Amino acid sequence: MPVPGIDADLSDRLADLRRRQNEPVAASEVAYIVEGVVRALYATGNGSTFDIKMFGEIESLFRFIQKAKSEIAALRPDQINDEQIPLATDELDAVTRATEAATQAILDEAEKLEQAAAAIGGATATAIGESVTRIYEACSFQDITGQRISKVVTTLRSIEERIDGILQAFGEELGRGPFATVSQIPEWRPKNGKPARPDAHLLNGPQMPDKASQQSDIDAILASRS
Amino acid sequence: MSVDKSMPILIVDDYKTMLRIVGNLLKQLGFSNIDEATDGGSALQKLRAKKFGLVISDWNMEPMTGLQLLKEVRTDTKLKETPFIMVTAESKTENVVAAKEAGVNNYIVKPFNADTLKTKIESVLGKF
Repeated sequence: MPVPGIDADLSDRLADLRRRQNEPVAASEVAYIVEGVVRALYATGNGSTFDIKMFGEIESLFRFIQKAKSEIAALRPDQINDEQIPLATDELDAVTRATEAATQAILDEAEKLEQAAAAIGGATATAIGESVTRIYEACSFQDITGQRISKVVTTLRSIEERIDGILQAFGEELGRGPFATVSQIPEWRPKNGKPARPDAHLLNGPQMPDKASQQSDIDAILASRS
Repeated sequence: MSVDKSMPILIVDDYKTMLRIVGNLLKQLGFSNIDEATDGGSALQKLRAKKFGLVISDWNMEPMTGLQLLKEVRTDTKLKETPFIMVTAESKTENVVAAKEAGVNNYIVKPFNADTLKTKIESVLGKF
């Protein structure tokens, strides 16, 4: 039904909107309708000053959103997701593989030294044995760095999926997908779909060295609970 | 009572580097019967198939973590007395408390040294 003071095109759009009330609506379409309503209010002199001011504010808000979307689009979030984050995770995976291979090679040689020392015997063997022990201890760095890199990769993947959600939520201007609002972006879950482990809240990986508990701290906690 | 250094020890870690390092350090301490598993599930299978005198386990593994393994061990009537040491980079108080409440015998924070490993094993099995 035509609305007095509102042009036919806007009226049709409003009617169409009513028919599609359960479907997502593009922000640009909402902006167009609000603009039309505000124009009509100004043109007809209908509505209180407060209403007109409020509609004006809404129009400004939509302009702000449109500007923000343009700025986000300029950042090329699709490129970040399609190229830069995968490249970064691949590089980190390569670092993990390289350090693991190097550590295994060091351990190979340390084991050979240990065997050779056993054949020699005496004080020299003892000294070599102690050095080999220090090498074994030092090689555990690969476990710690591996866990740290794994945390970074997990963070990058969560960023990737959040960006993907934003691309989908903002519709055609930025990307793809079914989400009508940012609040509809699903909560991030690892892409591999593995179920959360019951002790997931306790899996934080290595702490930063200046914040990490020392063995003496651990011993004190254990002792207090004996 | 002296420690039987031929008793089977199970090391559980998803990093093969750590399996190798802990295994080598145990050999240096004189232990000769060492087996390995790369997650809690495969460790549990080994524990149910053969009696082990000590488990030295990492925490952060998939799909079954070290804490889950510990809880499984402590609720299994045949395994519940098995000495269990957690060796992990998880060093927050809540982690240590959770492990203690689950029945861990001792807890080593990574990175660790050979002396710490020896001391903790002795605290669980006795001096050697």
